[in-house]
Amino acid sequence: MIPFISKRLFVALCVCLTVSALSFALMFLSGDPAIAIAGSGGRAEDAEAIRIAYGFDRPIVVQYFDWVGSALVGNLGQSIYFNVPVTEIIGNRVGVTLTLGFISFFVALVVAIPLGIAAALRPNGWIDRIALVIAVSGQAIPSFWLGLMSIVVFGVWYGWVPISGAASWQGYILPVIVLSYYAVPELMRITRSGMIEVLGTDYIRAAKAKGLPMRLVISRHALRNAVLPLVSLAAVQLGQLLSGSIVIESVFALNGLGRLAWESLLRSDLPVVQAIILILALLYVLLTTLADILNAVLDPRLRGAS
Amino acid sequence: MTDATAETKRASVWSKMRANTGVMIGGTLLALIVLIAVFAPLLAPHDPIAQDLTRRLLPPFWHDRSVPDHLLGTDHLGRDYLSRLIYGARVSLGVGLGVILVSGAIGITLGLLAGYFGGRIDMVISFAITTRLSLPIVLVALAAVALGGASLTTLITVLGLLLWDRFAVVTRAAAQSLRHQEFIMGLRAIGASPARILFLEILPNMRAIILVVVSLEVANVILLEAALSFLGLGVRPPTPSWGLMISEGRDNILFDPWLIALPGSAICLLVLAVNLFGDGMRDIMGPAKK
Amino acid sequence: MIETILDIQSLRVSLPTDRGVLNAVRGVDLQIKRGQTLCLVGESGCGKSLTAMSIMGLLPRYAQVTSDRFEMVGQDLSKKTEAKLAKMRGRDVAMIFQDPTSALNPTLTIGRQLTEGVMRSEGLSRKEADARAIELLDRVGISNPAARLTQYPHGFSGGQRQRIMIASALMGRPRLLIADEPTTALDVTIQAQILQLLGELQSDLGLSILLITHDLGVVAAIATEVAVMYAGRIAECASASDLFATPMHPYTKGLLAAIPVPGVTPRGCELPAIPGRVPGLIGTMNGCAFRDRCAHSLSRCADDPVPQYYPGTGRFVECVKAAEAET
Repeated sequence: MIPFISKRLFVALCVCLTVSALSFALMFLSGDPAIAIAGSGGRAEDAEAIRIAYGFDRPIVVQYFDWVGSALVGNLGQSIYFNVPVTEIIGNRVGVTLTLGFISFFVALVVAIPLGIAAALRPNGWIDRIALVIAVSGQAIPSFWLGLMSIVVFGVWYGWVPISGAASWQGYILPVIVLSYYAVPELMRITRSGMIEVLGTDYIRAAKAKGLPMRLVISRHALRNAVLPLVSLAAVQLGQLLSGSIVIESVFALNGLGRLAWESLLRSDLPVVQAIILILALLYVLLTTLADILNAVLDPRLRGAS
Repeated sequence: MTDATAETKRASVWSKMRANTGVMIGGTLLALIVLIAVFAPLLAPHDPIAQDLTRRLLPPFWHDRSVPDHLLGTDHLGRDYLSRLIYGARVSLGVGLGVILVSGAIGITLGLLAGYFGGRIDMVISFAITTRLSLPIVLVALAAVALGGASLTTLITVLGLLLWDRFAVVTRAAAQSLRHQEFIMGLRAIGASPARILFLEILPNMRAIILVVVSLEVANVILLEAALSFLGLGVRPPTPSWGLMISEGRDNILFDPWLIALPGSAICLLVLAVNLFGDGMRDIMGPAKK
Repeated sequence: MIETILDIQSLRVSLPTDRGVLNAVRGVDLQIKRGQTLCLVGESGCGKSLTAMSIMGLLPRYAQVTSDRFEMVGQDLSKKTEAKLAKMRGRDVAMIFQDPTSALNPTLTIGRQLTEGVMRSEGLSRKEADARAIELLDRVGISNPAARLTQYPHGFSGGQRQRIMIASALMGRPRLLIADEPTTALDVTIQAQILQLLGELQSDLGLSILLITHDLGVVAAIATEVAVMYAGRIAECASASDLFATPMHPYTKGLLAAIPVPGVTPRGCELPAIPGRVPGLIGTMNGCAFRDRCAHSLSRCADDPVPQYYPGTGRFVECVKAAEAET
């Protein structure tokens, strides 16, 4: 178990380093960042001044290690637009994204898992059919469009919920529904297929043959095995919810990380964009690593193996 | 495989396709949209980018104020909505196809190499896959398009360079299992070159699962293109992209919700068609892993 | 008179499929008395596993089951609710499976899996249940049983797992043990050990065993009674010694002829195989299901019902020729 976890952590560390290099490199994708900062109307002298002020005149490798070094101590640089530390801006915004992401994730799990189980218990039954419709439509409807349409219907026509902003908790209702709607199909699908696979095994028949009631057979024998693949997927989905909220935040005018990233892109505030990409990627690595470790804890076969 | 068995195999796939409602509905719908995209210039009643500021925001035909000349109304610049929708199919399908060519080439090559050779090569490529999966795709794509300058070419290149992961994962697994099959072992024994084995023997055996991944990815790309265009960092106006149309219609969402309802429905319909076709083909082709 | 543990008459199981109703079991009669080992023999797909599953009440929900009589330890199962049937499982009848690797839940400890049934059904405390589990594990030949209770299945070999499965099945002290191909997934040497263990347990505990197999070698090793099943019906039923000595149904004869006997079968001689294939069981079927593969078939073989013949106690054959030859 220990070698497994340390190996997993080593890979995670390597991924983090690569991702940091990639998001750092993004800054230079457009050519000269100094000119980008100076703006299209900027003079050559301005660009030169910026180059020296930001240290763009140094070798790229030096700049990268400088950046990683300060990132490690919690300094992600200065925002070019606001001229305040990036961490400060992000700190103000990250709460909205985390709230939205985690609530949506929770809602998605609460909907997807029981639905997946019910669908697996009676394949081709009416619950299974409804689940299939939800899954197929969830994968075909663009999230931003569903968001806009729900604003039109529930915000404008019926006036049930505020149409934008997160001034009150009601402002989260539509974004949470829309965002969780996208996590449900995959989670449901894997719960269903995992359950169907497990329910067909001999150990489920053996459990029934012991005279255990169906309720116990499902909760003790089936679910425990069916959730194993779900854990990894759930981590991936949570990561995608957090990074996917960029579209939803701009639809619902929520001042979260995603909206900040988008606005920063439009005003060429690259240090902020870099930092957000890095944070989201690290969150993803953290979540999937935790999921792998959790899986190893849950599955005795992995626990024993190195 | 002899010609005769290939023939019967093809015939049986075809008959299974006809028996599968999902494939039939999805396939027909998809074929229809492809035809619309190909023959857009013949089908569109107007120039999709010609503005007529005297005829702005005309409603579609089911509305009282509608004009017969503009069946689905006009947008905020007086452009014919039906024509824009028809040309929009070109953008969606074009981006979908273009991205798949790039991402498929990258992903399949990497997957084949990793799965067939294993060892260090596999380690490096698997690491690349893990790294790619950890990147927040929408944000990175947005940033890259913003920095590269929004255009169709940038969009296709960026998405193509980002979305190869599923191809790589699937072909890697398939190559791993094929590697140990007897006919491949036999070819290796008689000294066939790895390139020959990979591209002439292993790759053709993966047609079915690659087809399934293509359909999944096309749907994915179409949705991403729409989202990026909606955020103003996909294709550039006045190109008639469905995502862009939704973004442009957003300001008039209160009084003319059809401005976003129509292009959104078009996206849903296309993605649904691709998904139905792909899911059905996956069922037909047998248990292809995701 | 010896107590009858299981008495089934005219059991039918049908499964709806895309191509029509599959009549997998088409009127099976079975009787098992106390202390007997009945082997149900047949090719795969002949309905022998479905017969076993219907006794356990483990058939899939969509399967349709009917019977004229379905009694176990004197109780009529057809009149029982699902909850009452669940109570009988494990206590009156228990089951072991073909693949011991997949029959043990990988995420639960051996101890938990052995004791969970009896702790519920008999209300035993953990201590009492553990004590019984240790005793049984010891009996089936698992060394150091007390320490093994906290281990997970992946730490055991295939043969050990099958021993654990047997112990698990015996926890509720059942009267009837159903074993579905219990040795098929094991190595030959382990097979013999497991069969020997089953035989010992049977005489020690007075168990009745219904053993399902396609392997006549297993039958010869353990059976007291044999029922040969073909295409959803019992073709021939006899005591093991009678069946091997004087097989009566052409199918049984064909099966026995296909086994080489050391010292009797000449070297290099080709073993006779039964020609043809098992008929499809979708839709209705009349007459003898074996007639297309039978060397002695007559036009009357297509008529319903196929004559049945009872040449002695507990003996039964369903065949036109066999019935005529004797009368």
